[in-house]
Amino acid sequence: MTRTPSGRNGQSPRQIRLAAQLPGVHNVTVWSDPRSTSQISVDNFARLARTAERGRFDFFFLAEGLRLREHKGAIYELDVAGRPENLTMLAAVAAVTTHLGVAATVNATFNEPYEVARRLATLDHLSGGRAAWNVVTSHDAFTGANFRRGGFLAEADRYGRAAEFLATARELWDSWARRDLSADPVSGRFARAGAGAFAHHGRHFDISGRFTTPRSPQGRPVIIQAGESEAGREFAASDAEVVFSKYHRLDEARAFYRDVKGRLARYGRAPEDLLIMPAASVVVADTDAEAAAYADEITRAQVSPQTAIAHLEAVWGRDLSAYDPDGPLPDVEPEPESQFLRGHSVFRKGRAETARRWRALAEERGLSVRELVIEVGGGQTFVGSPRTVADAVDHFVRSGGADGFVFAAHLTPGGLDDFVDRVVPLLQERGVLRRDYTGTTLRHHLGLRPAPDTGRRTGSTGESEHTSSTGRTGADKHTSHEATAAAAATGESS
Amino acid sequence: MNDRPPHLAVALDGAGWHPAAWRDQEAPGALFTAAYWADLVAEAERGLLDFVTLEDALGPQSAAPHRPDDRTDQVRGSLDAVLLAAFLAPLTRHIGLVPTVNVTHTEPFHVAVGIATLDHASKGRAGWRPQIASRAADAAHFGRRTTPQLTDDDLRDPELIAARLRPLFAEAVDVVEVARRLWDSWEDDAEIRDTATGRFLDGAKLHHVDFEGARFSVKGPSITPRPPQGQPMVASLAHASTPYEFAARGSDVVFVTPADRVDVGAVLAQVDGAVARVGRNVRDRPLRRFAEAVVFLDDEPGAAARRKERLDALDGTEYTSDAVLFTGTPGELADLLLDWHAAGLDGFRLRPGALPHDLGAITRRLVPELRRRGAFRTAYAPGTLRDRLGLPHPRNRYAPED
Repeated sequence: MTRTPSGRNGQSPRQIRLAAQLPGVHNVTVWSDPRSTSQISVDNFARLARTAERGRFDFFFLAEGLRLREHKGAIYELDVAGRPENLTMLAAVAAVTTHLGVAATVNATFNEPYEVARRLATLDHLSGGRAAWNVVTSHDAFTGANFRRGGFLAEADRYGRAAEFLATARELWDSWARRDLSADPVSGRFARAGAGAFAHHGRHFDISGRFTTPRSPQGRPVIIQAGESEAGREFAASDAEVVFSKYHRLDEARAFYRDVKGRLARYGRAPEDLLIMPAASVVVADTDAEAAAYADEITRAQVSPQTAIAHLEAVWGRDLSAYDPDGPLPDVEPEPESQFLRGHSVFRKGRAETARRWRALAEERGLSVRELVIEVGGGQTFVGSPRTVADAVDHFVRSGGADGFVFAAHLTPGGLDDFVDRVVPLLQERGVLRRDYTGTTLRHHLGLRPAPDTGRRTGSTGESEHTSSTGRTGADKHTSHEATAAAAATGESS
Repeated sequence: MNDRPPHLAVALDGAGWHPAAWRDQEAPGALFTAAYWADLVAEAERGLLDFVTLEDALGPQSAAPHRPDDRTDQVRGSLDAVLLAAFLAPLTRHIGLVPTVNVTHTEPFHVAVGIATLDHASKGRAGWRPQIASRAADAAHFGRRTTPQLTDDDLRDPELIAARLRPLFAEAVDVVEVARRLWDSWEDDAEIRDTATGRFLDGAKLHHVDFEGARFSVKGPSITPRPPQGQPMVASLAHASTPYEFAARGSDVVFVTPADRVDVGAVLAQVDGAVARVGRNVRDRPLRRFAEAVVFLDDEPGAAARRKERLDALDGTEYTSDAVLFTGTPGELADLLLDWHAAGLDGFRLRPGALPHDLGAITRRLVPELRRRGAFRTAYAPGTLRDRLGLPHPRNRYAPED
């Protein structure tokens, strides 16, 4: 596998793409560390975003969860919780940054295209062309209980809806051509007659009228997706511009990278049209040994004794609170049909198989419950001195494992300070990370093509139209696995 | 009679409320840029105004209030007002930010967490104006329901409009109720960070809201911790009995449109009647009453009226409004506002006819004039938007009494 140079926009080849995430759920955030402060304070979002911008990251990312998780019939208490509405907080972040992209996860199930397209276009206007949308879907009635729409969408339908949602959003963004807004006081013409007119008649959406937000600086926000299944990879290849993945072992990552990039040609796309960015964590200290010790400390803090038992209960589907987290795995069998943890997609599927694997691993290595949960969690991705981490990050990208990474900060808001202060300069020295931004839009930072300013399109016929326009035929075949991969990749629930 | 000086808010909308106002702007294409709005709200804050409102709708502007039109010589297009307010939040320190939010086609849960987030982003300066969809054409943008089509006949009388839209108002009451419950669904001390038990949250301090209404239900709790104000300010615009009752049920501030000094008393009597009908105790839950006025201001006598006439000529029609139209000098407007204030109003929401001209006239001419008469603040006092409006910090409905 050879890396394809991303020579667009005057950037040198092999630029490493970087995103920063403020985790809003799960056990990534070490809240027990006093350096971890508010999960909701705007100052913390601003602080982490500015750190990322100082490190010349491409974008700042927020995942989404639309219902608080529940465990054994009660609110799950062990992890950080309490998050903002993504687009609203990112609008505030855009005000205190100048170049950094702002990427919002927005659910295609519990929203409607007109409103989402308009809000993303607004974010793109306000940020001067820095908006991105991570398209996720959900189908469960648990989350649906918070929405008018409810949870009636069939699981098999949600990817069909997502694909049509995205196609419809593009039609809305394209309903204003750049030239449609003339705002010329001399001629007295503000907008072209019919600007924003659209009509979409599809299986999931049957809408028509006028879109009210003129074309934004990027035209279309950058589209992000996460998916590991066959259908998910195909969706990424046809429609996404960034893919989040969960693969941070180099062999697995290279296989995924090769596979997904290999699908692009079928859609008339080049390898640099789609960037693959695994979720990763990073621990930096003066020496490798110190970093390793700190990484262990972080991992143990992430998996408290209570968290270890809760994760086991989520897989086993039964109350295991009587068991010792530092003892062996319980001798009782899992109850795969009972769902203990709701609103959490990681343990939603294949729990019987997971339980078998976990038991075998624990027996083979003689692991306690907590040691097992730590082991399967994978620990920290990049650990070492600044030079070791820079080498590893660079090597991973150079070896065709990824185009870059989404770094989740384990401390809010200072969790990426060490990386930015100590590793970023080394990456810049190597010429694999920009020393300064060379453009203003996120598309430019990522070396992506500008969105075509095609002007007003005539009404489409929905899926048949967008299917033919992308050459994609399998929109409805998307299965449920992407949500799991997305959750794993971003450390978030659906 | 009021012993507190009048509150002053401005309603920002496009290039101003006159449809030809954009033609006087230096760069009207900038209406959709961050800098345009940042400059406007900075000017409003320089004038120590109480809050700005940001208009919005889920359909294009139109010269006809109840259906789309095809005019190309007026401002068409807008930004999402909640996101615009959130963008403005870190750029300001004191001024309240009050976006308009459609409650007919949106998801109540998203709306509630969006306003809660705006309150966090602004550190307690958020409000919102829930608005029903009065244009039937906007429903086709969502394709999920139809809404009543107003007729030309309805437009003769606000009561006819309100009667036709009554089901949407009833639903809007539910949306406000759900938002208020969701904001309370986290008690203020729900986050405990107890390392001994490994618990970040105390689940007993989080509450399902279990709202079930005629058109939707919401389980809760919110995903967003309780906003700094507890309950961000709710404002609504009302011209008739049904919207007065809507305001009486759910709003903290009501914007009304009296035609003159005499009408102020009549309108306030109608608001009081609505408050009585819904059984609201305004000692515990005050309802602030603001009058609306579209204003064109110039120092030279007659200049503002001439400016409006020129804009009317450019537009080809005489601009009229649901609110009173004022053209005159800042001193004359100060006279009018203080006279109306004495009739029982708590404040005013002024709609600048043209931006930035009439906003600057408010902040640099009207405000100093009011201040000279001892009728406006000389500095912002610390506190939230609710504090500024004299609204008490609300008790959490789910917290145990102590």
